[in-house]
Amino acid sequence: MRKKDLRPICVLLILAAVAAAVIVLFMTLDAKGRWDFILPFRGMKVLSMVLVAYAVAVSTVLFQTVSHNRILTPSIMGFDALYVLIQTGLIFTMGSAGLTALDARLLFGIEVAAMVAFSSLLYRWLFSGSSRSLHLLLLVGIVFGVLFRSLSGFMQRIIDPNEFVVLQDRLFANFNSVDANLLAISTAAVVAVSIVAWRLTPAYDVLALGREAAINLGVDHSRVTTVVLILVAILVSVSTALVGPVTFFGLLVANLAYQIAGTHKHRFILPVASLLAIICIVGGQLVLERVFAFDTALSIVIEFLGGIVFLALLIRGTAR
Amino acid sequence: MIEISKLSKAYGDAIVVRDVSLILPRRGVTSIIGPNGAGKSTLLSMISRLLPMTAGTVTVDGLDVTQTPSDILAKRLSILRQDNRVSSRLTVRDLVEFGRYPYSKGRLTPEDRAHAARAIGYLDLEPLADRFLDELSGGQRQRAYVAMVLCQDTEYVLFDEPLNNLDMKHAVGMMKLLRRAADDLGKTIVLVLHDINFASCYSDYLVAMRDGTVVHHGTPAEIMTGPVIRAVYDMDVEIQEIRGYRISNYYL
Repeated sequence: MRKKDLRPICVLLILAAVAAAVIVLFMTLDAKGRWDFILPFRGMKVLSMVLVAYAVAVSTVLFQTVSHNRILTPSIMGFDALYVLIQTGLIFTMGSAGLTALDARLLFGIEVAAMVAFSSLLYRWLFSGSSRSLHLLLLVGIVFGVLFRSLSGFMQRIIDPNEFVVLQDRLFANFNSVDANLLAISTAAVVAVSIVAWRLTPAYDVLALGREAAINLGVDHSRVTTVVLILVAILVSVSTALVGPVTFFGLLVANLAYQIAGTHKHRFILPVASLLAIICIVGGQLVLERVFAFDTALSIVIEFLGGIVFLALLIRGTAR
Repeated sequence: MIEISKLSKAYGDAIVVRDVSLILPRRGVTSIIGPNGAGKSTLLSMISRLLPMTAGTVTVDGLDVTQTPSDILAKRLSILRQDNRVSSRLTVRDLVEFGRYPYSKGRLTPEDRAHAARAIGYLDLEPLADRFLDELSGGQRQRAYVAMVLCQDTEYVLFDEPLNNLDMKHAVGMMKLLRRAADDLGKTIVLVLHDINFASCYSDYLVAMRDGTVVHHGTPAEIMTGPVIRAVYDMDVEIQEIRGYRISNYYL
């Protein structure tokens, strides 16, 4: 093994150790009371955070590989906005009472189906004509995002103020109110996606060379791209369904991962990004609960940091 | 042998390649020449399955390029386009090793690494092997890409304007290298070239295109004549024979 190959492994081991430490701290710190209550209670929180972290990190890295850029993420493209629209539409038509009566798993199924349908529709529509319109895809995605946000905004304005409060509660990233049923089905979805996603790992490296180079090397470009977009749609559904939209978080961890992984191989970048995301979310929540005593939402902290990274990337001109 | 039959490409009403039928011989260097917009690059893209055709077929050693699985074709035919942009940060060696992907699917064997090392040596890239691509000059990067394509070790190698961005020293070096690859390694090399003198001096076979059709094809001696060049480029040029090569002076 060459010396160069050792660095990503070291990075991976260090990050894994830090992530494990953060999780242990989160589970045990300030534990006043009975362990048989605290461990399952906090364990569920940790599991949901790990799921969200993994989903956001993997979906962002894959999306950026397929779209050949390091600035746009699924959420910037309007995937989250669709989720918000679905939530708003549900509360608007059924009312918050009707929504609580609905089975969480059914609701989740509807959301995932809508997200997958949206992404494949967008993809098929744009790729049926010519083969080189990824920029167009991105542009249309942004326009869709604006459309979805405007539609949700419109419904939110004419909705009953009490319903609006319920809605807002659902839409802010929040790890304190995760549903156990939802957690189970999300875990299943993430595991299924991972099995498909990891089998394609070497192809992602080739995809990063660009469409033409990838085809030259024998990668079925349109098939892999379609599969990846569907996987991304499912992962985004999982993370948004669990905690609501987090726009800049994926950008933050993906770009950090490219910086510190020291390799172009997705075999390393994907786990590095996932571990970074776990450290950020679990660590952030730890600080939030113990230092700020629940006074603020984690999403505010993450969006603040992620937004700064986004601006820094734009200014540095990585936007290519 | 690459067999092109009744190949056409149209974007809406604009026909870029019109009903081209052509056989590209095996072994040696074949150059496609012609004015801008003649459809040369489009033809090359369709041969290499980067672009779907509107009508017609292309077969490589009897394999239809649109029907054959892409990974099987990748072991027989490779293409290098002009502008290559990579979103990840790669060293020259990383890039060249990608040439083994059709064989190794990302898990490099010692044999694959040996192939890559040989390709790097063939292009004199050893001193640069561990440099990142974004730290290289245009010409060096071009050579790294050529090394990747050679590392792919296909019988047919297609280049779309390989001399772009190269100064005259490197342009001559590149052409000599391609000639050497054809002679030593027995490869079939197909190029799109703008400079007819390079095409004349280094090719075994020339294909002249204009307005989406092949107007002439033959040996350099047959193509490099006043009437043929006028028919292709609408230009009267003086053609001289220097050391057995036909050179045109089109600068004045």
